[in-house]
Amino acid sequence: MCAFPGVENPGDSIMAAKPKLYYFDGRGRMEPIRWLLAAAGVEFEEEFLETSKDLEKLRNDGSLMFQQVPMVEIDGMKLVQCRAILNYIAAKYNLYGKDTKERALIDMYIEGVADLNEMYLFWSISPPNEQAAKMTQMKDKIANCYLPAFEKVLKSHGQDYVVGNRLSRADIHLVELLYTVDELDPSLLANFPLLKALKTRISNLPTVKKFLQPGSPRKPPLDEKNLAKVKEIFQLK
Amino acid sequence: MAAKPKLCYFRGRGRMESIRWLLAAAGVEFEEEFIETREQYEKLQKDGRLLFGQVPLVEMDGMVLTQTKAILSYLAAKYDLYGKDLKERVRVDMYADGTLDLMMMIALAAFKTPGEKEENLALVVKKAKTCYFPAFEKILKDHGEDFLVGNKFSWADVQLLEAILMVEELDASVLSDFPLLKAFKTRISSIPTIKKFLQPGSQRKLPPDSHYVKTVRKVLQL
Repeated sequence: MCAFPGVENPGDSIMAAKPKLYYFDGRGRMEPIRWLLAAAGVEFEEEFLETSKDLEKLRNDGSLMFQQVPMVEIDGMKLVQCRAILNYIAAKYNLYGKDTKERALIDMYIEGVADLNEMYLFWSISPPNEQAAKMTQMKDKIANCYLPAFEKVLKSHGQDYVVGNRLSRADIHLVELLYTVDELDPSLLANFPLLKALKTRISNLPTVKKFLQPGSPRKPPLDEKNLAKVKEIFQLK
Repeated sequence: MAAKPKLCYFRGRGRMESIRWLLAAAGVEFEEEFIETREQYEKLQKDGRLLFGQVPLVEMDGMVLTQTKAILSYLAAKYDLYGKDLKERVRVDMYADGTLDLMMMIALAAFKTPGEKEENLALVVKKAKTCYFPAFEKILKDHGEDFLVGNKFSWADVQLLEAILMVEELDASVLSDFPLLKAFKTRISSIPTIKKFLQPGSQRKLPPDSHYVKTVRKVLQL
C-alpha cells in the first residue's frame, strides 16, 4: 500500500502554467516557498501586494480561504497556509523523503526551522525598542538549541543530506535558515562545522546556486521603507 | 503486537489535544505521561528525547517525535486520514492548519492577563464567525458532501469538529448562522470512535484552568 499520495510525473509540469505567488515584495512567510520552488528548478511568477487595498481586493475576490496571504496559484488551485503549500511542492517534486517515517523526520526538523523563522519574522516587524531583547532571545535559541540539534543530526549519520542520504526539503529549509543566521551574526555558525559544510554543499547545487545569484527571486532582509509598506498592507501597529 | 503510542505533555489540552483527538478518531489506544514538575522536564531534555527541548513528545513505531504538525501529519498518513492523492492532501493540510491557527489562539489566551485574555477570546469568536466558519460552511455547501475532503472522513474533519467544540465553549451560539456546520458537528460526533472520545472518562482534556496555567508556567519557567 502506498504510504502517501502518488507523486506527479515532474515531466507533466513542463506544459503547465507557472505557479504564481501572491505576497508582498519581501521575505516574510513566502520566502521558504520561493526557496523550495527554486531548489526544485521550478520557475514561478509573483504578484506583489503594494497597499492594503491590494490585500482587500484579493480578499473580496474570494481568493484567500482564510483571508490571509501567502497564496499560491498552482495546478488549478489557490493554496493558502504555508505548511500546506510547502508540503504540496515538496511531494510533487520528490523532496519529501521515501516513506512516512522519513517524512516524519523531515517534518520534525522543518517545523523547528519554521519556529525559528517565526521568531525572525516577529523580530523584523517589532518596534525598535523591543528588537534588542528579541534578538538576544533569538540568538540564544539559535546557538543553544537549534544549531546544536541539527549539527547532532548530521553527526549521527555522517551523510551529506539531513534525511535519507538524499536531497530533501529539509536541506533546503535548513540552509535557508543558515543564510539568515549568517546575516544576523556570522559568528553563530563558527562552532558547527557540519552545518557549514552542508551550507556549502547545498549552495553548490545548480538550482540553489542560481537562486543565490543577484537578480533571482530571492528577497533581501526587510529595510525601513519596506517595513512601513508591510505595516500598511497588513494594518499592523 | 505494536506498543501503544506514548504521549508526554502537561495534563491539559495545549498543543497535544489535537494529537489526542486524531489518535482517538483513528481508534488508536494510547498512553500518557504527564509533566508536573520542572525536574521531570529537565530530565526529558537531558535524556535527549526532545529534539528542540520542547513538548509535545510522542513515542511510537520506534520513533521519538516532537513538533505537533509533524506528529499529526504522520498519524494522518498512517491511519489513512490524509486524502487519496496529493491534491486532496493539500486541502486536508490547508483546512487542518486553518483550524489549528484558531485553536492556538484559544490555547495561548489562557496565559494572558485577565483583561487581555477576555479580549483575545472575544477576537477568537469573532474570527470564527467572520472568517473560519464561513470558509468551512462554503466548502460543505459547494460540494454538498458529508466530509470536508474527497467524500471521506479525514484529519480535516477531526480538526474542524475539535475547533467547533472549543469555540462553542466560548460562545454556545457560534454556529447559529451555519446550518451545514451544525449538521457536520452532529454527524462527525456520531462516528463511533469520536462518540467514545466525547464521553466522560476518555482521555480528552478539559479547558485550561488556573492550575494548568500555573503548572505550565512553573515547568517552562515562563
